[in-house]
Parts: sequence; C-alpha cells; structure tokens
Amino acid sequence: MNTCTKNSDSGIFLRPTPKPDRLGTFFHLLFICCAMVGVVSLATIAWFLFSEGLPAFRQAGVIELVFGSEWLPPALFGIFPMIVASLISTFGAVLIGVPIAILTAVFLAELAPKWLADIVRPAVELLAGIPSVVYGFFGLVVIVPAIEVLFNIPAGNTLLAGVIVLAIMILPTVITISETSIRALPPVYKEGALALGASHIYSIFKVLIPAARSGILTGVALGIARAIGETMAIIMVMGNAPAMPGSILEPARTLTANIAMEMSYATGIHASALYSTGIVLLIFIVLLNAGLLYINKKSVH
Amino acid sequence: MNKLEVNNLNLFYGENHALKDISIKIPNRQVTALIGPSGCGKSTLLRTLNRMNDLVPNVTINGEVKFEDWDIYANNDVKQLRMRVGMVFQKANPFPMSIYENVAFGLKAQGMRDKKQLDKIVKESLRSAALWDEVQDRLDTSALGLSGGQQQRLCIARTIAMEPEVILMDEPTSALDPIATHKIEELMDELRKKFTIVIVTHSMNQAKRISDKTAFFWMGELVEHGDTQQVFNQPQDKRTQGYVSGEFG
Repeated sequence: MNTCTKNSDSGIFLRPTPKPDRLGTFFHLLFICCAMVGVVSLATIAWFLFSEGLPAFRQAGVIELVFGSEWLPPALFGIFPMIVASLISTFGAVLIGVPIAILTAVFLAELAPKWLADIVRPAVELLAGIPSVVYGFFGLVVIVPAIEVLFNIPAGNTLLAGVIVLAIMILPTVITISETSIRALPPVYKEGALALGASHIYSIFKVLIPAARSGILTGVALGIARAIGETMAIIMVMGNAPAMPGSILEPARTLTANIAMEMSYATGIHASALYSTGIVLLIFIVLLNAGLLYINKKSVH
Repeated sequence: MNKLEVNNLNLFYGENHALKDISIKIPNRQVTALIGPSGCGKSTLLRTLNRMNDLVPNVTINGEVKFEDWDIYANNDVKQLRMRVGMVFQKANPFPMSIYENVAFGLKAQGMRDKKQLDKIVKESLRSAALWDEVQDRLDTSALGLSGGQQQRLCIARTIAMEPEVILMDEPTSALDPIATHKIEELMDELRKKFTIVIVTHSMNQAKRISDKTAFFWMGELVEHGDTQQVFNQPQDKRTQGYVSGEFG
C-alpha cells in the first residue's frame, strides 16, 4: 500500500506517507470479509448437515443407508434408488442438453446472422429466468402427456419426463457460458485455421470448440449442478415413487425430491435420514466439481 | 514473371476508404516487402491477397486481384486460394494441440488420412521451417509449450505443409526478440528459393535485409514501388524519402 500525499512545503511534490494507511487497511479487511461470506456459508451448511444427518447414519448404518433399496420410514432408510434416480436424471439431461447447448452456442457465436442471433439470444436468456415451478407446469402439460402417447403407457410421470425437463433447464446456463467462451477466443485461431484452407465448420469443430473447452466445461459443470440440485420441477413430473426404477419409463424420486417432500412432517430419525440424504447430495456435488476441475486442468496441458 | 497482380484495387471499411486505387505486381519467387506507417493499408492489402478480408463485416472491395491468370474475387473458391496462398500472422497462433497436429491440420482439413504420408509431410515441413531438430523428440507435446520464435516457425511449417506457392507474412517478427527474428529472417532467405513471399514489416532494416522489392504505402495509397535498393537509396517521392530516412512514421 504505497499511497502518496501532498507535501505542503514543496507544493505538489509527491512522496510516500509515513502514516499508516487506514483507508487501505479498511478496504483490505472489507475484501476479506466479503470473500469469507461464501466460504463460511459452505462450512456452516456442511456442519449442520453432518450434525443432523449423522444420527441416521449411526442408527441405520452407512452401507444400509447408502446402498439400501427400501425407503420405509421409520423402519428402513435405503436411499440407493434416489441416488440412482438423481444420477440418471442428471446424466440423461447432460446427454441431451449439452450437445444441443454447445451447437446453439456455436450457432450464436459463429454462424447466425445478426438479426436471428438477436432473437435467439434473449430467448435463451429469458429461459434462464423462468422459475422451476413453471418448468414443472410445462412438463406436466406437454412432456408427460407426450410420453403417455408416444410410449403408450398409463402414466407419463417418469424418469424420462424428468430427464427432458432438466435437459431444457440446463440449456441457458450451458449456452450462455459456452457462447461467451467461444466469443472470447482470440480471432487468430479462426483466422489461422481458415488461412490454411480449412472450411468454417471444420475450423469450428477442430479448433474453436477445443480451444474454448475450459469455458464450455465450466458451463457444463454449472449445468450439472443445476440438474442435480433441481427439486420443484422434478417433483411435479417424475412421479416420486421411492422405489428403484426399472427403466426410464417408470416413476422415480431424486435425492432432492426426497428431502422436499418429507421434510414438512418428518421427525426424529426420519428427519435425520433426510439430512443424510442431503449429505450424500453434497458429496456428489463435491465429487462432480472435483472431477470437472481435474478434466479442466488436464485439458489445459 | 508475376505471381500476383493487383489492378485498380479500392477497398472500403464501411465509409472509410482504406485502399485507394492500388496497382502492384508481385514477382515470382522474390520477397516483396510492404512498408509504411500504421494504418497506411499495407496489412489490409496483404489480407486481400488471400481474401482474409472476407471475414470483416461491411468491407467493400472493387478492382481486380489476379493470382497468375485467376481473378480471385471472381469466384468463391477461397479454400483453394488459401491453400495456394498461405499466411503467417503477426502473433504466432499455433492451435491448442500437439506440434504434430498443428502441422498436419491443413492436410487433415482436406481429408488426408494416410498416416505415412502425413508423417512424411510433417517431417519435411518442420525441416523446411528449421524447427525439426528442436522438436523431433516431442512432436506429441502441446505446441503452446514452445517459445515465441519456435511457435512462429511452427506456423511457417504449418503453412509450408500445404505446399503453397505464395506465403503472406503479416509482421511475422514484431513480437519476437532479435535472436528469434534473425532465425526467421535466415529461414526466409531459404524459403524465397521455393516460394513467393510478401511481407508486411514495420522494421525498415528488415525490409532492407530480406526483400528484393519494396512497396511504400501512405494513407491508403501506394506511393512508391520498386527494387528495394532503389526505394531506400534513391526514393522518387518526398514522402518515401522522409519515411525511409526516419524523419517521420
């Protein structure tokens, strides 16, 4: 903190002050405090989840809880079907949503005429602002009946309905971040590829997308976080049966849905089991983030 | 014999008249240097020769650019053009992939899959770009790990791999230190035997050292064009004289 001050003897001659720099110190502390808000919140969340959820682990057993397939509170607390439902719905959403999102981002950044990009981009951004309960409506009115008709089944409230709704929900995040990272590439990559006689499309797939990989992966990571954490829309379209789904055309209950649906009336060990559902969810999110961070680091080298 | 011939070329960026009635002949297998102060249009002219200006929105070009007998703005085969008229950029721009993949990029873009043939061309191109000895045992490592000078020679290798007839160079050494610059200039001395080279440079010493012909641009006009010796020693125009003697620019 090397501030300067006006010296009265020599006019506007500037030199370092001998006084302690109070304002600088103040801002320094302010920055640290702000930076701590997020970290402290995370620590608090982890702490209360573990302190509330550990009794269930202790009573029911870690293996029985994580790998048990029966959820019959207050007797059995197996959440394995919900782990499977959460993973399949997230993975399915990524499988469908990410390719659509990346191609949309490429279209917006590289191919779309300006007038069309000016329609598509705000529409995508608006999609990000729609509350998840409205996505749930959309799923109920459009996707669930469509699945009933397409697959000729009595109830369309299925894992597949959840996958489709989630795929749409992660689009805006992945599109916006991918487009930004493709646009942020220095123009020399594209010019270099075109100057070698490569076509525009070849340059996009072989140079631009790989070069923007780290940004695109960040978008995918945020999309995954949104998908695995989504609750309301999922509850509305997935049927919520706490049993192991035999296929994607059967109802299923995710970890988040389990917590949201039963928290209002659960007590004692049942409530604790819901917190431990939250612990499992937290661990999955940490693992996903660590995994993507690792891939990201590797792709840089 | 002329490799490239520009006739009455006018170029506008929107309303801005960036190139004014340019006519210039680029002789085969010689080095032509384009010099002049920033914003004089020399890079713009370079980029019309392989139609890189097509990427700029609102650009209007009229006049004629002939590559041998081919009027390059008369049809839209830009891929063919850019394979035959290669380009090396101001800032070395290797792709974020391995050294090998960088050199093989253009060939693979044309659909070449024969591994043996690719290996051979990559090796020859790196040899021609005086880079082979430095990278032969790490072809699979990222090109971004090379030094600035090596990256620029890699970009030259990448261009040579396409076996172009002309190589356009847009201030290829402006981001390099004197030693790396010297290596590139030595390399250009070799390349002139096989390729026609057009180079934009801000360094008059560089133009003097490496070029056979020099063209001086000023505010979008081609002021003077001739043998390098003559342009530097007996400039015909007052503006050329002022610029090459270092009075301004």
